[in-house]
Amino acid sequence: MTTAVTKTIFDDIEALKKELIRCMKCGNCMAACPIYNVEKKESSVARGKIALGEAVLSNDIKIDDDTLINLIFNCLVCKSCMMACPSGVRFDRIILGLRAAIAKKKGIPFVKKALFKLLKNPELFDKGMKAFAAMQGFFLKPEGEKKRTPKGFLKGINPRLDEQFILPELTRESFRDKVKETIEAKSSQATAIFFTGCSVNYLYQEVGDDLIYVLQRNNITTITPKRQNCCGMPVMVHGDIETARELARKNLDAFEKTNAKYIVTVCGSCGSALKHEYPIILEGTEHEEKAKKWAERVYDISTFLLKVIKFEPPKGKVPLKVTYHDSCHLKKSMKVFNEPRQLLKMIPGITLLEMKKPDACCGSGGSYHLTHVDTALKIAKAKAEDIKATAADAVCTGCPACMMELFEGLHRIGESCNVTHTVSLLAKSYRAEN
Amino acid sequence: MINKDFIDKCKSIFGPENVLTDKAELIAYSYDATPGIPREIPGVVVFPENTKQIQELIFLARQTKTPIYPRGAGTCLSGGPVPLSKGVVISFQKMNKIVEIDPDNLTATVQPGVIIADLNASVAKYGLIYPPDPGSMATATVGGSVAENSGGLRGLKYGVTKHYIMGMEVVMPTGEVFRFGGKTVKNVTAYDFTHLFVGSEGTLGIITEIICKLIPAPKYRKAMIAFFDKLEDAGKTVTDIVRNQVIPATLEIMDKVTIQTVENYAKVGLPTNVEALLLIEVDGMGQDSVLWEAEKCVEIINQNNGKYRIAETDAERDSLWAARRAALPALAQVKPSTVLEDATVPRTKLVDMLVAIQSIAKKYDLMIGTFGHAGDGNLHPTLLVDPTNKDEMERVHNAVDEIFEVALSLGGTLSGEHGIGVAKLKYLQNEIGRSGIETMRRIKQAFDPDNILNPGKLVPMED
Ligand SMILES: Cc1cc2nc3c(=O)[nH]c(=O)nc-3n(C[C@H](O)[C@H](O)[C@H](O)COP(=O)(O)OP(=O)(O)OC[C@H]3O[C@@H](n4cnc5c(N)ncnc54)[C@H](O)[C@@H]3O)c2cc1C
Ligand code: SF4
Ligand code: SF4
Repeated sequence: MTTAVTKTIFDDIEALKKELIRCMKCGNCMAACPIYNVEKKESSVARGKIALGEAVLSNDIKIDDDTLINLIFNCLVCKSCMMACPSGVRFDRIILGLRAAIAKKKGIPFVKKALFKLLKNPELFDKGMKAFAAMQGFFLKPEGEKKRTPKGFLKGINPRLDEQFILPELTRESFRDKVKETIEAKSSQATAIFFTGCSVNYLYQEVGDDLIYVLQRNNITTITPKRQNCCGMPVMVHGDIETARELARKNLDAFEKTNAKYIVTVCGSCGSALKHEYPIILEGTEHEEKAKKWAERVYDISTFLLKVIKFEPPKGKVPLKVTYHDSCHLKKSMKVFNEPRQLLKMIPGITLLEMKKPDACCGSGGSYHLTHVDTALKIAKAKAEDIKATAADAVCTGCPACMMELFEGLHRIGESCNVTHTVSLLAKSYRAEN
Repeated sequence: MINKDFIDKCKSIFGPENVLTDKAELIAYSYDATPGIPREIPGVVVFPENTKQIQELIFLARQTKTPIYPRGAGTCLSGGPVPLSKGVVISFQKMNKIVEIDPDNLTATVQPGVIIADLNASVAKYGLIYPPDPGSMATATVGGSVAENSGGLRGLKYGVTKHYIMGMEVVMPTGEVFRFGGKTVKNVTAYDFTHLFVGSEGTLGIITEIICKLIPAPKYRKAMIAFFDKLEDAGKTVTDIVRNQVIPATLEIMDKVTIQTVENYAKVGLPTNVEALLLIEVDGMGQDSVLWEAEKCVEIINQNNGKYRIAETDAERDSLWAARRAALPALAQVKPSTVLEDATVPRTKLVDMLVAIQSIAKKYDLMIGTFGHAGDGNLHPTLLVDPTNKDEMERVHNAVDEIFEVALSLGGTLSGEHGIGVAKLKYLQNEIGRSGIETMRRIKQAFDPDNILNPGKLVPMED
């Protein structure tokens, strides 16, 4: 096993100092933070959490203070604050660095247990959320595709859990099991890896089918490596940096085995993990060069179609009023927000209706919506109201995790607006051609 | 002081969900946006929702001699809301209702925690605006900006916060609730308490409701940006515009250091070899008069050897404004920290002030970018610093002392809009003299005999 040789902010809390010091406490982030808007407490927003980081470094408070741990985990890592920050503070690094420090001090099982205790809403479990909880890093180990139902998992809302638990068996066959590893295009213009991410692999398989269909229609040979894993983001946000590193290495090794020139994603979080996080977490390790190489090759599907290949616009009519939700990681990390709108406007029959704040977070934040139900639901409902106000038939987004949260929010306010992925609307249009 | 009994009483006044006591929560209330000032972690933070709760807290604080620190959004640049002891922080973040918008009397009545930008968004449907627009308006509260008498980017034509406050409800440090002013345009009853409480920095009373004056939103506007090879030409343009009876809504300046830093950071297409730029925006209700004012500005820019770009579309306007908006962010990138001052001089002394700042920067070997509200003579010399570098910090403190000295010698003031707080307390006597200090103390003692309200701010109680 290779280990990191340099001290990154994930390995050494002292390394956070140079990042913390950049915050001038201007408060601009308060207007942008979805959690602050609900809770109105300084500790909810980047500025307050940065002050906590400073207090840890100056020994005013201990990293294992119970309240501090709760506050540091009360963050969606949505990066909205970073868009508003005049100092360019990289808050994502700060929050993940602090979480890694907590995990190091208390151990990963403690963190997972602590978070799991917060899962206070049994209702969510009845709604098939078990699978989702599993994907959010509660049970994840980089064991690849080994499946086992964890003991105790179904017993109730506060099962005893530790690192032993790995992916539970799900009722459905996974997407990667089901799909052919290589699907050749007739007159192939390029070969791309499809990085499915967990949500497509286990929940929104139709998004995966649609992606492959769209790539086929554009003469792209698709490789969906069986040996790819979770992108690592879910464990990384819990501070489990070593598991994230291991997942990253395995994914890179899987990419290396192909002859693909590109990686295509349909999830903002996966895309930004591959593009922005891998080179950082693998800095100073054997895999650093591979991480950098593949980071250059990662594209969200919308960018890939419009900017990388020769795109054949779909011609089939899809008579729908659609509103578009900007996934945080897609817009704020991958900087992709024009391309999906451009694609939607190219589909005959679609009218794009912009909602009030299309890039306001939906409240998902990986496991956040499971661990901080009250705040997350308020954020999700506010989002749903904005969607409702457009009177659109469907809300479309570029991230399956958002799809789930949008669905939940809309359901809670009694709205029946459809939730879909950009790639599914494209596929619908291609399919409607004949 | 604060003990379990005090906290229990707070919980019964505000409800347990509106009281913070854990150390980790309290740490997040020990700062505002001012760097390098003394600060303390408060003993408790409370979130009132109504006036009565605040009154009860005052009684409790008086009995126990506990200091109270009112806090809006904590964006203050002089240390106003920062606790100096383990007292109580009152956060107004949950007391944030717009009570009434009265378009016929042109007023809005608000609770102190309303965010300035939210107030503007709500009155926009009536075609009205609340003009004070500090750069922090997306987060700063009406209460905080009233307590600081905040300015903004359109102060030259529209004035500052004090020109838009018509009355208030205040809980006095002795516990009485006192309402003064109202919706009438005219009101000369009693002392002018409104103007006493605007800018009182939380030291005289706790503001619980505010009646704001609104005005019709200007229908037309024209923005332009002008570049000058000589500071003197930029300065003369500013005074010539006013002398020619044009009062732009916005008349902003950026010096060479700022221009170069902005261009380097934001690549907005600014020439980097000029000494200064002016961002000018004229506005009004009639298209003809706005165009006339814009033409007049162009004429004056030409006479003073300036080159200009004028915005024909909204997109072009945005791109001109982008340069100004990028000023602080760009400067903030250069070094870990910034010290942002707001020394202000009469408009005619603008160039003297800019030249003095440049020589201070040279003398102390510091990078100082200056931008600000040229039309108001209100400059923001921004000193870029690495707080871990002790020697550099020392030079920054000396440079700031000297900037204030020059501002006062030019007939200016210590603070145009950020307030005195704790940051500028030691300079206060230099501007208002001994008699000023004594008068301030007598007013403070008359209002707040127990000195429980924001003690240590604005009024130096001891020599
Ligand atoms: C990026 C940035 C840009 C800025 N731009 C400008 C600008 O253009 N012009 C300008 O003038 N200022 C500016 N400021 C300074 C600051 O934003 C203003 O002073 C603002 O109005 C403060 O509002 P706040 O809600 O943050 O108040 P706070 O900082 O929380 O408090 C300010 C003062 O008000 C008192 N206070 C708050 N609420 C009450 C109440 N209800 N009753 C009694 N006292 C109360 C506090 O005790 C404190 O003394 C800027 C600051 C930043 C960080
Ligand atoms: S990442 Fe999102 S939730 Fe976390 S502090 Fe920033 S804006 Fe708030
Ligand atoms: S916007 Fe950036 S600099 Fe300002 S308080 Fe937030 S994190 Fe700090």
